[in-house]
Amino acid sequence: MKWSEFFVTGEPLIYAADVAIVLTMVGIVFVLTYFKKWKWLWNEWLTTVDHKKIGVMYIICAVLMLFRGGVDALLMRAQLTAPNMKFLDAQHYNEIFTTHGTIMILFMAMPFIIGLMNIVVPLQIGARDVAFPYLNALSFWLFFFGALLFNISFVIGGSPDAGWTAYFPLAGNEFSHGVGNNYYAVALQISGIGTLMTGINFLVTILKMRAPGMTLMRMPMFTWTILITCVLIIFAFPVLTVALALMTFDRLFDTQFFTMANGGMSMLWANLFWIWGHPEVYIVILPAFGIFSEVVSTFAGKRLFGYKAMVGSIVGIAFLSFIVWVHHFFTMGAGPAVNSAFSITTMAIAIPTGVKIFNWLFTLRKGKIRFTTAMLWSLAFIPNFVIGGVTGVMLAMAAADYQYHNSYFLIAHFHYVLIAGTVFACFAGLHYWYPKMFGHILNERLGKWTFWLFMIGFNICFFPMYFLGLMGMTRRMYTYSDGLGWTPLNVVATVGAVLMGIGFIVLCYNIYYSARYGERDMTGDPWNGRTLEWATASPPVHYNFPVTPVVEDLDAYWVMKKKYGGFHVKEEDLKPIHMPSNSGRPFWMSVAFFVAGFGLVFKWFALAIVGALFIVLGLILRSFEDDDGYYIPVDEIKRMERAARKGA
Amino acid sequence: MGEAAHRYEETLPLEYRTQESRLNILGFWIFLGAEVALFATLFATYLVLFQRTGSGPTAGELFEVKDVLIETLLLLTSSFTCGLAIFEMRRGRMSGLIAWLLVTLLLGAGFITFEIREFIHYVHEGATMQTSAFLSSFFVLVGTHGAHVSVGIGWMILIIIQLLQRGLTAKTARKVFIVSLYWHFLDVVWIFIFTLVYLLGMVI
Ligand code: HEM
Ligand SMILES: [Cu+2]
Repeated sequence: MKWSEFFVTGEPLIYAADVAIVLTMVGIVFVLTYFKKWKWLWNEWLTTVDHKKIGVMYIICAVLMLFRGGVDALLMRAQLTAPNMKFLDAQHYNEIFTTHGTIMILFMAMPFIIGLMNIVVPLQIGARDVAFPYLNALSFWLFFFGALLFNISFVIGGSPDAGWTAYFPLAGNEFSHGVGNNYYAVALQISGIGTLMTGINFLVTILKMRAPGMTLMRMPMFTWTILITCVLIIFAFPVLTVALALMTFDRLFDTQFFTMANGGMSMLWANLFWIWGHPEVYIVILPAFGIFSEVVSTFAGKRLFGYKAMVGSIVGIAFLSFIVWVHHFFTMGAGPAVNSAFSITTMAIAIPTGVKIFNWLFTLRKGKIRFTTAMLWSLAFIPNFVIGGVTGVMLAMAAADYQYHNSYFLIAHFHYVLIAGTVFACFAGLHYWYPKMFGHILNERLGKWTFWLFMIGFNICFFPMYFLGLMGMTRRMYTYSDGLGWTPLNVVATVGAVLMGIGFIVLCYNIYYSARYGERDMTGDPWNGRTLEWATASPPVHYNFPVTPVVEDLDAYWVMKKKYGGFHVKEEDLKPIHMPSNSGRPFWMSVAFFVAGFGLVFKWFALAIVGALFIVLGLILRSFEDDDGYYIPVDEIKRMERAARKGA
Repeated sequence: MGEAAHRYEETLPLEYRTQESRLNILGFWIFLGAEVALFATLFATYLVLFQRTGSGPTAGELFEVKDVLIETLLLLTSSFTCGLAIFEMRRGRMSGLIAWLLVTLLLGAGFITFEIREFIHYVHEGATMQTSAFLSSFFVLVGTHGAHVSVGIGWMILIIIQLLQRGLTAKTARKVFIVSLYWHFLDVVWIFIFTLVYLLGMVI
C-alpha cells in the first residue's frame, strides 16, 4: 500500500478535518500538560472501575458521536437540498450515509443507553457497584477503541461505503476494493465484544445484587427494561460476532461465505445481519421505554399505571423481536408464505407496544404534571413515536412494502422511532439524571429551548420524507434531477435538519452554562423522585450507599419518604465497605485490541499478531492477579458522608 | 455478614463459598448461553451452505472417518476425566485433582493434534477454506471449536500453576470449577459437530 492511499486525499473537506483533528489533539495534550492533569486523568478516569464514572465516559463519547453523526447528516441534507447538487460526489455520499447510520446506532444510541444504565441501575437496585467492575471497565474501553478505529477511517484508508447494513455482494471483495469495509468488520467486532460483556455483567448484577426486599416485581421499570435488554444482547450479539467474523474471513482470506461463485450465498449475510439487527433496535428502544416510565411517573407524581402489564409487554416485545427479521427484505424473494408469516409477527409487536402507550397515558391521567424538560421530552415521545409505529405497521404489510421498500418512507419511519424513541429518551434521561451525575441541574430554560428547537425541527425534517417516499424518492440516492417535483419538500427537510443542529448546539451550551452557573443539587433528590437513586447524595459517594437500603415496596424511596421521612443512616450501623481496586489493564488491553484491529484492517498481519500477543498477556496477568480490593474503614465513611451531605 | 448466613455458606462446596464466586459462576453460565447462540449461528451457517460445494469436493467425498473417531474418543474421555478432577476437588484431594487435570489436558492436546492432522490432510487434497462455501463454513465451524479447545488448554495450564502456588482455596476451586464447565460445554458442542457435520456429511 502506498502512503498516498494510506491517507485519504483530494477532498477539501477531508483536509479541513485533518487540520481540525491535529489541532484538537495538540490542544488536548497542551491543556493536560499545562494544568498538570495527566495523573488525574489516569487515576480518576482511565483506570477507574466505578460504574458512575464509566457511565459518564460512555455518555461523553455518545454526545461526541452524536456530533459526528449529526455532521454527516447535515452534509447529506446539504447535498439533497436541491437537484443536481455537486457538493458531494456519489462515492463520498455512500461513505457518509454508511458512517452516519453505523455511528448513530452503534456508537451513539448504544453507548448513550449503556452510559445511563451504568449510572442508574446499580443505584436503583441499592447496590454498591456492578457484579464485575473490572469487566465493566474493559467493556467501556473496548467500545471506545472500537469507535475510535471506526472513526479514523475517513482520514486513514477510507470509510466503509456499503451502507450500515453492509449487504453482500456490495460489501465483498468483488465490489469493495479499499479497506473501508474492513474497518466496518473489525471495529464493530471489537466494540461488540464489549457490549456482550456489558450484557452479561448487568444481567448478573440485576439478578443477584438487588437490595434486600427488592423482589423482581418491585424493581423500577428502567431496571426491568435493562434486564430484558441484557437478555436480548446476550442472544443477539453472538450472531453479529459470527456474521462479522465471516465477513472478515471473506474479505481478508478470500473464503466463500457470501460471494457470488463457488456456492457462496449473499442472502445469508442479510439474514444473519437482521437476526441480530432487529433485536438490536429493541436493545435501544426498550431502555428508552424504561426511561420514559421513570420520568412520567415522577413528574405525574403517581405510581406507574399497569406495572405488571408493562413488564409483560416488555417480555413479549423482546420475544417477538427475534422472529420478525425477514420484514427487512420482503422484496428479496422469500415467497408469499414466508412473507405472510413474518408480516403477522411484525404486526403483533404493535399489541404490547400499544399496551405500553396506554399505560403511560393512564399514568398521566389525573396526575399533577410538572412540565420539566425531561417531562417534555417524554410527553413529545408519545405522539411522535406513534407516528413512527403506525407507519411501521404499514411497512409490515408485505404486499404494500413493495411500494415503500427502500424509499424515503422507510427513512422517515425509522427516524421517527429511533429519534422520537431513543434520542428523545436519551435527552430525557440526561436531563433527569444529570444532577445525579454531576451534582447540578441542567438549566431548564435552555433545556426547553433545546427541546422545542429539536422537536419541531425533527418533524419539519422527517415528516416530509414520508411524502417524498410515496413520490418515489429512494433512499441512498446521492442526487436527483429537476422536474421530479421533489425539490420543495427536500428544502423543507433541510431546514428541519438545521433546526435540530441548532438545538444540539444549545444543549452543548447548556452543559457549559450549567456547569458554571447551574443550580447545585444539595438534597440528592431534586425532582421529588420515587426510586432509590434519589436516596443517595448528588453525585453519590463512590460506594453509593453507606448502608444497604431495605426495600418494602415498589417505588422504594417514595415509600421511605412517606413512612420515615427519608433514607436515614445511623452512624452505629456503618460497617467497613468492600470496594474493587482500580486497574490500568482494561485500558491498555483495549489499546492492544485497537492495534490488532488496525493491523487486520490493512492486512498487516505482523502488527495484528503483536496486538494479539498483548491481549493474551493481559489475560494471563489478570488470571494471576491476586487483588481482592480494599475496605473503607468506618471513620472514613463517616467523614465522607458528612462531606457529601453538608448541604442537606 | 450474619452468623446464620455464614454457617450456611460453610455447607456449600468450596467453589460456592464467597459471594464473588457465586457471581462469577452465574456469570459464566450466562456466558455459556451466549456461546450457545454463537455456535448455533455457526451451525445454521454450515447447514445452509454444506451442500453448496461449487467445484470442490462434497462432504461425503472428503471426510476421514478414522481421524474423526479418534478425535471423538479423545475429547469425550477428556470430559470424563475432567469430571473426575472435580470429584477429587470436592473430596479435597489436591494430588488427584491435579493428576486428572493433567490427563484432561493431554487428551485435549491429543484431540487438537489429530484435528490439525485432519485439516492438513484435507488441504493436501486441495480442499481449502477458499474452495467452496461448504468448505469455508466447515473450516470455520470446526476451527472455532478447535480454537476454543486450545484456549481451554492454555487456561487449564494457568490454573494448574495457580493450584501449585496457592493450594486449594475458595478462589482456585472456583477457577477449576469454571474451566470444567467450559470444558464440558466444548464436549457437548463436539457431539453436535460429530452428528451434524460428520455423520450427516457421510450419509447425504
Ligand atoms: C439528527 C438528525 C438526523 C438527520 C438529519 C438524519 C438524516 C439522515 C439521512 C439524510 C439519511 C440518508 C438517507 C439516504 O440517503 O438513504 C439517514 C440515514 C440513516 N440514519 Fe439518520 N439522521 C438523523 C439522525 C439519526 C439517528 C439519531 C439515527 C439512529 C439512532 C439515525 C440512523 C440512520 C440510519 C441507520 C440510516 C441508514 C443508513 C444507511 O442507509 O445505511 N439517524 N439519516
Ligand atoms: Cu426489524
